[in-house]
Amino acid sequence: MPKLFRWRAGEAVAAEDPFTAVDDDQVIPQGDVIISLTRFQSEGDRLLGGCRQVGVRLAPDEAVEALAYDLPRIGVVALAFPKFRDGRAFSAARVLRERLAYGGEVRAVGDVLLEQARYMVRCGFDGFEPADGSTPAQWTAVAHRFRHVYQRTRDGLAPAFVEREGLDHGL
Amino acid sequence: MYRYDQIDREMLADRAAEFRAQCARRLAGEITEDQFKPIRLMNGLYLQLHAYMLRIAIPYGTLTSAKLRALAHIARTYDKGYGHFTTRTNLQLHWIKLRDAPDILDELARVDLHAIQTSGNCIRNLTTDPHAGATADEVDDPRIWAEAIRQWSTFHPEFSFLPRKFKIAVTAAAKDRAAIRVYDIGLRLHRDAAGELVFTVMVGGGLGRTPYLGATIRQALPVRHLLSYLQAILRVFNRHGRRDNIWKARIKVLVASLGAEAFARQVDAEWEASDKTAVDLPDTELARIRAAFAPAGFATLPPVSPAFEAARRADPAFARFARNNVTPHKIPGYGLVNVSLKVPGETPGDCSAEQMDVLADLASRYSMDEVRVTYEQNLLLPHVKLDDIPAVYATLAAVGLATANIALVSDIIACPGLDYCALANARAIPIAQDIARRFSDPDVAEKVGELKIKISGCINACGHHHVGNIGILGVDKKGEEFYQLTLGGSGDDDATLGQSLGPALPADKVAPAVDQLVAVYLRERREGERFLDTFRRAGLAPFKEGVYAEAV
Repeated sequence: MPKLFRWRAGEAVAAEDPFTAVDDDQVIPQGDVIISLTRFQSEGDRLLGGCRQVGVRLAPDEAVEALAYDLPRIGVVALAFPKFRDGRAFSAARVLRERLAYGGEVRAVGDVLLEQARYMVRCGFDGFEPADGSTPAQWTAVAHRFRHVYQRTRDGLAPAFVEREGLDHGL
Repeated sequence: MYRYDQIDREMLADRAAEFRAQCARRLAGEITEDQFKPIRLMNGLYLQLHAYMLRIAIPYGTLTSAKLRALAHIARTYDKGYGHFTTRTNLQLHWIKLRDAPDILDELARVDLHAIQTSGNCIRNLTTDPHAGATADEVDDPRIWAEAIRQWSTFHPEFSFLPRKFKIAVTAAAKDRAAIRVYDIGLRLHRDAAGELVFTVMVGGGLGRTPYLGATIRQALPVRHLLSYLQAILRVFNRHGRRDNIWKARIKVLVASLGAEAFARQVDAEWEASDKTAVDLPDTELARIRAAFAPAGFATLPPVSPAFEAARRADPAFARFARNNVTPHKIPGYGLVNVSLKVPGETPGDCSAEQMDVLADLASRYSMDEVRVTYEQNLLLPHVKLDDIPAVYATLAAVGLATANIALVSDIIACPGLDYCALANARAIPIAQDIARRFSDPDVAEKVGELKIKISGCINACGHHHVGNIGILGVDKKGEEFYQLTLGGSGDDDATLGQSLGPALPADKVAPAVDQLVAVYLRERREGERFLDTFRRAGLAPFKEGVYAEAV
């Protein structure tokens, strides 16, 4: 079972994962599950009728907009990185957070590497299944390696152009 | 020009510290070369044929004397005493040791330089008009917008793992000196009918295996929305660009497959759905950047300089330099002094540490502390008083930097080629040297006039051969270096891709073929025609005959 980090108050914290990731050819077990978009579209209503949380796993070529009307009842959206170089999930995460106002967990799964921690946190991921054995402490350190940012995302950091306004007012 | 503030500086310091930690892990064997590769590539460090190559970003091609001195120091201390300026206005050092790389980044950061995003599938260093701020034909200083884009694109959390590298060029002049139509995004700043500053946005240009000229997807983008519109383009590309085939992963392939109109509709839909105010810079920040580029310190001078005119009359060599290398400035009494890095017989774009130091001195003394790098692999002192140009010329001549061949036949663009690059099929530098030697007589070169030769050692087209008036592409034929010639390309405002001349030639036949092409041009040309004009009028046939008739 892959280990899970959650991003809480600016830190990566190792967490128990209540969800079971279920492939399309597997029988759905008891408890909280993460299933594919295809399966969610055919079985989602039935599963959500039971007393459990349902998460959806999106491949990079599946648009997050497909979930727009279901997001309030989805416990986790797992965005796949088939290779670390495949950066489509970064856009998907930002659209989820910034356009679709999704407040649940956005989880990075697949080839999830320490060196990407900062980009992921900035784009709105708050769940990680690192593939490289990195520790929560390393994850936190890499995410905070830079004191400033140049872009505004939903991570709450003030971009440089906002920081500068503050500096000017302080004079 | 823009000076880094505390925030910009801390970004560079944090990056240098990060890379030092990453290098330490590699040198200690904690990570493998495979794991290290993507990390070092994000810092512009390539493993080439002989050593590591470090590509240093020169943001929008602008240097101060302090920066140039630091580059000279680094070239002398950590490399073989010279550097290579590239067609993307960066500086490459080809003989770097991994253990020195963190120290080099620290030295660079001290003068506000870095190697951020000089490789990898991210938004690369921006290119702009080397005449920015000095030319009368611009509507605004394009560096203001280049700096805005630099900041926005630096460590962009969403766009650091794109399908492929991404290059943006911006110009604000009628004449395109930045080759914007061969960029992933080309931005041309102009004024609309109401006098407002707007961008024409071109997307999907690029050279390489499948060359395209950029297609216009927006005619009049209000400047205040530049960054949100760029975000929309990049997001459409990031989500929909091909990732299954490295040769089809550039945005040009996406634009070509969708068609420019359909692509534009997708961008517009994305843009309309986005929160523009979260991305676009506030006016205060744009004003801050604008103020940094405000012209300052120009003297009021007569348009004609007696000292300059006297020197022209007295010294034919200076007169030639003035004709070919000095460009009019927007301020009366000033000129732009082009410094050619194309000494016949030398490597195009190479500059020694001593030459860098001399240029730094000249910049601080005569050119308001500025040096520019051009995509044609030359340097430029942008703000020199005409009165001072004879002295500048004399100093340049003393260190071999006064070659009077700007835009002439020996002003050749060439990539490093098989002499350095692991990707190359053939050498580019010796071909450039052969051709330049043939036209080393400055009278002959001037008689031939404007003729842009561009050489790439492989299909990746770092030497821009597709847009050379004469383009030369190195190919591998069963282990032998051959060269495919194209004619009629142009990277300027009349951008055109060259047409293939005929079968590829062996290395020793390339310079003679160029000789033949020039002979045909001189025979066919009409009054006032450049090589390109004659080719466009007369077509491929006479040139083809000139080169291949003899060979048969």
